[in-house]
Amino acid sequence: MKSKKANNMRSVIAHVVLVILSFMCLFFFYILVVNATRSHADLQKGFSALPGGSLFENLKNVANDGTFPMFRGILNSLIVSGCSAAICTYFSALTAYGLYAYDFKLKKVAFTFIMAILVMPTQVTAMGFLRLITKMGMYDSLLPLIIPSIASPSVFYFMFSYLQSSLPMSLVEASRIDGCGEFRTFNKIVLPIMKPAIAVQAIFSFVGSWNNYFVPALIIQSKDKMTVPILIATLRGADYMNFDMGKIYMMITIAIVPIILVYLFLSKYIIAGITLGGVKE
Amino acid sequence: MKTKRKSISYAKWGYIFILPFFVSFFIFSFIPLADTIRYSFFEYYRSGIKEIGPNFVGMENYKSLLQSDMLRYAGNTLILWLIGFIPQIGIALLLAAWFADSRLKIHGEQFFKVVIYLPNLIMASAFAMLFFTLFSTNGPINGILMSMGLLKQPIDFMGSVFGTRSLVGLMNFLMWFGNTTIMLMAAIMGISVDIFEAAELDGCNSLQKFYFITLPMIRPILAYTLINSIIGGLQMFDVPQILTNGQGSPDRTSMTLIMFLNSHLKSRNYGMAGALSVYLFIVSGILCFFVYRMTNNNDPYGSKAAAKKAKK
Repeated sequence: MKSKKANNMRSVIAHVVLVILSFMCLFFFYILVVNATRSHADLQKGFSALPGGSLFENLKNVANDGTFPMFRGILNSLIVSGCSAAICTYFSALTAYGLYAYDFKLKKVAFTFIMAILVMPTQVTAMGFLRLITKMGMYDSLLPLIIPSIASPSVFYFMFSYLQSSLPMSLVEASRIDGCGEFRTFNKIVLPIMKPAIAVQAIFSFVGSWNNYFVPALIIQSKDKMTVPILIATLRGADYMNFDMGKIYMMITIAIVPIILVYLFLSKYIIAGITLGGVKE
Repeated sequence: MKTKRKSISYAKWGYIFILPFFVSFFIFSFIPLADTIRYSFFEYYRSGIKEIGPNFVGMENYKSLLQSDMLRYAGNTLILWLIGFIPQIGIALLLAAWFADSRLKIHGEQFFKVVIYLPNLIMASAFAMLFFTLFSTNGPINGILMSMGLLKQPIDFMGSVFGTRSLVGLMNFLMWFGNTTIMLMAAIMGISVDIFEAAELDGCNSLQKFYFITLPMIRPILAYTLINSIIGGLQMFDVPQILTNGQGSPDRTSMTLIMFLNSHLKSRNYGMAGALSVYLFIVSGILCFFVYRMTNNNDPYGSKAAAKKAKK
């Protein structure tokens, strides 16, 4: 009886703490969205908890602003993140399959090597990377943001763990007996089996690349190639006090809200995927 | 004889399949790393439009970095990381224990998980920009606090050392506590129910269960979270960079190591940037070694078991 009462007490406390934390997580985004619907004049008057009516006007102002080509930035970000997610998951799956299904001399060495660089920060090679890209003539282009994601150790590790648990070698052998080539076996048999793992990692690498700021900021110079995080940084660097505040909130909204919407649709898979992925990006 | 030939022909495919990964790694990570290490021994920078160097100077760059503010920035990075990490791990442990405790009957568990994980996916730079506008002296937070009568004068959050560091810490906390909670929860759920039941029979209360069973049982994943968070903290850049516009203001007290590296890269001081990268490389190499040991010993965060579960 006593312990039941204590449990009830604890349950109430747990719920209160959870509500407070959830409030903290959502509060800032709530203000953001509300402010994005209000005009500059409204915003000067002070804070209001209710949305205003200038949503479309702010949106139009952002779309027409030549100094911060937000929509062009979103397009660039979509290209970079989409391509990175695609090639990162495909080649990680390929590498994982290569190390899982075949026996060769350097197998152990290769695996150990990838595990050793699993969490190596990209920043430590940034200087050489910048020089290399400049020498290769890819400075100020989107390609150097996409191609290096072929080698993503953490995605590889995830794919490898998944293969270990879900691909019986007998399946591969059966397809060999049926006269399937090795590449065909991978594309037609192994890839469909890995679909759940690929979906989870595609989401995470997409988000990682969408939010990436350090490397793009070093490489991209011209306005029409900027991705969203660089545009946000440029906005911060500008003399923003003279700007239309409604427009600024709208720009931040445009940078943040698409990911939130996608997340809400896929949250079930994403939450399940966090513990699968294990390694933070 | 026949089987031997067969295995050789398949081995070829193994090499072909892992080739793209290693070629890409070699070109985009290994060559840059070698280049970075090489130029760390050179005097090589740009002043105006004139390029000075590269002249070999040996360990000069390393020495002058030690005499510069690098150690101070390392301290800043550590402080900023701690301000975020201590509440993060504390709250995450608490929430994970609550979520895993079926007796508490948490309503809307999925909803809370979705909400607390949300900030992790937000673009850190946009999040920092948002905090910058919200917490500016004429921003909404000051507005709300003043209209509630809690403040007479607006607080200049970004003007004080304490304010800026707290904001960075708060953002890091918000961005990562949901992720940590879900990781720790998976670990706690992995503990056999028998152990908890046995402890209950022996008269353990929930606090004792937490200290004597849950904590020791999830120690591997706690250590893993810690190391991963240190590596993440070492790379801290987006949030303080955008919040302070790369200045690390006030008076460079929120300047992190990567911000320092970034400023050298922007000003094309390759020698210094190289030496700083090598320092960072050594530190992260040591941390990588710990992660390597953990991931190879006994699969501490149960990714294999979890992958099996997802398959069903």
